[in-house]
Amino acid sequence: MAKDVLVIGGGVAGIQASLDLADAGFHVLLVEREPSIGGKMAQLDKTFPTNDCAI
Amino acid sequence: MEEVRIGVFVCDCGSNIAGFLDVPEVVTYARTLPNVVFAKENLYSCSETGITEIKNGVKENNLTRVVVASCTPRTHEPTFRSACVEADLNPFYFEMVNIREHCSWVHMQDREKATDKAKDLVRIGVAKAALLEAQESIVANVNTRVLVIGGGVAGLTAAVSFSRRGFEVVLIEKERKPGGRLNDLYMLYPYNIKASDVIEQKISDATSSPLIEIHTSSVIKSVKGYVGNYEVCVDVDDGKSLDISCGVIVVATGASVLEPWGLYNYDGQNIITQLELEKRLKRGDLSVGSIVMVQCVGARIEKRNYCSKICCMTAIKNATLIKEANSGTNIFILYEDIQCYGVEGEALLRKAKEVGVRFVNCDTAKPPAMGDRSIKVYHQALGREVELRYDLLVLSTPMIAREDATALSRLLRVPTDESGFFLEAHVKLRPIDFATDGIYLCGSAHWPADVRESISQAMGAVARASIHLTRGFVEVDPIVSTLADEDLCVGCGLCAALCPYGAIEIIETPKGKKANMISVACKGCGVCGSTCYHRAIKMNHFSNEQISAQIAAVAGS
Repeated sequence: MAKDVLVIGGGVAGIQASLDLADAGFHVLLVEREPSIGGKMAQLDKTFPTNDCAI
Repeated sequence: MEEVRIGVFVCDCGSNIAGFLDVPEVVTYARTLPNVVFAKENLYSCSETGITEIKNGVKENNLTRVVVASCTPRTHEPTFRSACVEADLNPFYFEMVNIREHCSWVHMQDREKATDKAKDLVRIGVAKAALLEAQESIVANVNTRVLVIGGGVAGLTAAVSFSRRGFEVVLIEKERKPGGRLNDLYMLYPYNIKASDVIEQKISDATSSPLIEIHTSSVIKSVKGYVGNYEVCVDVDDGKSLDISCGVIVVATGASVLEPWGLYNYDGQNIITQLELEKRLKRGDLSVGSIVMVQCVGARIEKRNYCSKICCMTAIKNATLIKEANSGTNIFILYEDIQCYGVEGEALLRKAKEVGVRFVNCDTAKPPAMGDRSIKVYHQALGREVELRYDLLVLSTPMIAREDATALSRLLRVPTDESGFFLEAHVKLRPIDFATDGIYLCGSAHWPADVRESISQAMGAVARASIHLTRGFVEVDPIVSTLADEDLCVGCGLCAALCPYGAIEIIETPKGKKANMISVACKGCGVCGSTCYHRAIKMNHFSNEQISAQIAAVAGS
C-alpha cells in the first residue's frame, strides 16, 4: 500500500494533520485552493479564550 | 582554543522594530562589541531572504557564533537554529535577542531609549554567545506498549484504536466492569442510539483483541519515568500489585455528576438528577403525569462558574423521548439560557417544542422557588409568577471533576485547572497533549464532553501518541541539567525533591549517594541548578558562566 497521504485544505486543521503525519514519518501532500496556506485563522487577529495572536 | 567569531543580525521586522528604534545605530554599535566580526541589518530575518543572508554571513565571514536581534524565541528560535545547521554550525551556537517585544513594542513613544535598550540587550546576548557550547540532542528508545487509564467510552475507544495500529495496550479501570458512564445511560443524542449498544460494542472490541489487557477494580499507585519509558505500579483487583512498562499514557478517567444535596430539596426520590432520570428510563419504570426539569442546577454559579455543555441537549432529548412515549405527560423545562450548538442540536430543540415540551425562560434575578409538590417560577413572557405542579422534579446538574483526579494528577505530574479537571498543554495548539511529553488526555476528564466528542478526542490522542510509537525513538532538546562535577555532589537530594518532572534520582555510587539526571525527562527549567548550593549541577545552554557573563554585560555598557 502506498504510504503517501493527501491532505485537502491548508487551514489550521489541514496543516495540523499534515504536521502530525509528517512527524509520524509519512510523506504528505497538502493541497490548498488559495495562493497561500493558513486559511481563516491566518486572517484573524486574536483568538479566544487566550487572546493569542492567531497568525 | 578556537577563535570566537560572532555575527550579529539585527531585524527591522518591516516597521515593527525599525519604525520605533534606530536599527542602523544598533548594527554600528554591535560591530564595536568584543568578538563581533560582522553585523548586518535584515528587513525580515525570518524570511527566506533573511535566512539566506544569515547563512551567507556565516560562510563568508567564518562565523562561529550567531546572534539574531529580532522577535521572540518562542516563534523563531527554531527557524534561526535551522539556519545555523544549514550553514554547518551547531544549532546551539545561536543566541536570540528580543528587541521587538522588549524594546520597540513597549517603548514606542521613546525612540532614543528604545534604541539604547536594544543596544544593551544585544551586548548581553553577545556576551553569552561568546561562551556558548555545542550541544547534541538526546535520543532515547520508545517502549511501544501503551497504558490507558479509564475504561469508559473514551478509554475503550483509545485502547481499540491503539490495538488496530498494532500496539499492545494495558487498560486500567477503577470500577468492577468497563463501560463507564455509558453503563448508566439510556439513549444518546442526536440520533437516539442506545447507549448500551455503543458501549457493548466497544467492550466486545476491546475484550476480543489479543493486544488489549484489561484490569478492572484497579488503581494507579505510582508513576515513574518519562516519554518512551514509563514504569507504572497498579493495585489490581485480587489485591496484588502489577508493574507496567509503557511508552505513553492516555488519561481517560471521565468525570462525576454533581449530586445537588441542599438544592431544590433534592432527595433522589421524587426530586432527582438528569442522570438518575436516565437510569429510570433505561429500566423502563417511569410513569408520571407531570415532570418539571430545571437547568443549570449548581452550575454557572460563583463556586462552579462553568457551563457543563451537555445538559441542555440531554434534557431536551429525555423530555422528547418521554413525550413521544406518552403524549399525556406534561413536561416543563425551566432554563436561563439554552445552548444547542450545531445543526442537530437546533433541530432537536424545534422537535421538542413540536411534541409539546414547554420551555420557560427564567429570570436569573428571580430564581424558581419550591412549593408543596410544585415549583414557582417567574414567567418572563407572561410577566407573572406561575406555579407548576410536578410528580417528578428533574435537576440538570453539571459534570464535575472526579475526587481522585487530584491524586492522579500528582502521580502523573500533570496539572488540573481551577475546577479540578485535567489541564491540557495549550488550549489551541496542543488540546489533547499534556505539557509532560508522552501523556495524553481525552473525554470528560478534560472537560464535560458528550460521547461523540469523547470518541473524537480519544482517536486524536491515539494519533498524537502514535507519533512517538511509530518513530520508535524520542529526541529531546539538550537544554537539560547535568551533574557537571560528581565530586561536589553530596547526595543531599534537594534537587530530586524539587524537580517537578521526576527527572532526578539519588543513586548509590562507589563515591556515596549522588544525583543522577534522567536527561530525557528533564525540561530544562533550571530549578535544580539554581538550588544546588554545592554548584555540582550545570544547566546546559544556561551555565553559571554564561549567565554571569550576561549579568556583567548589563553593568558594563
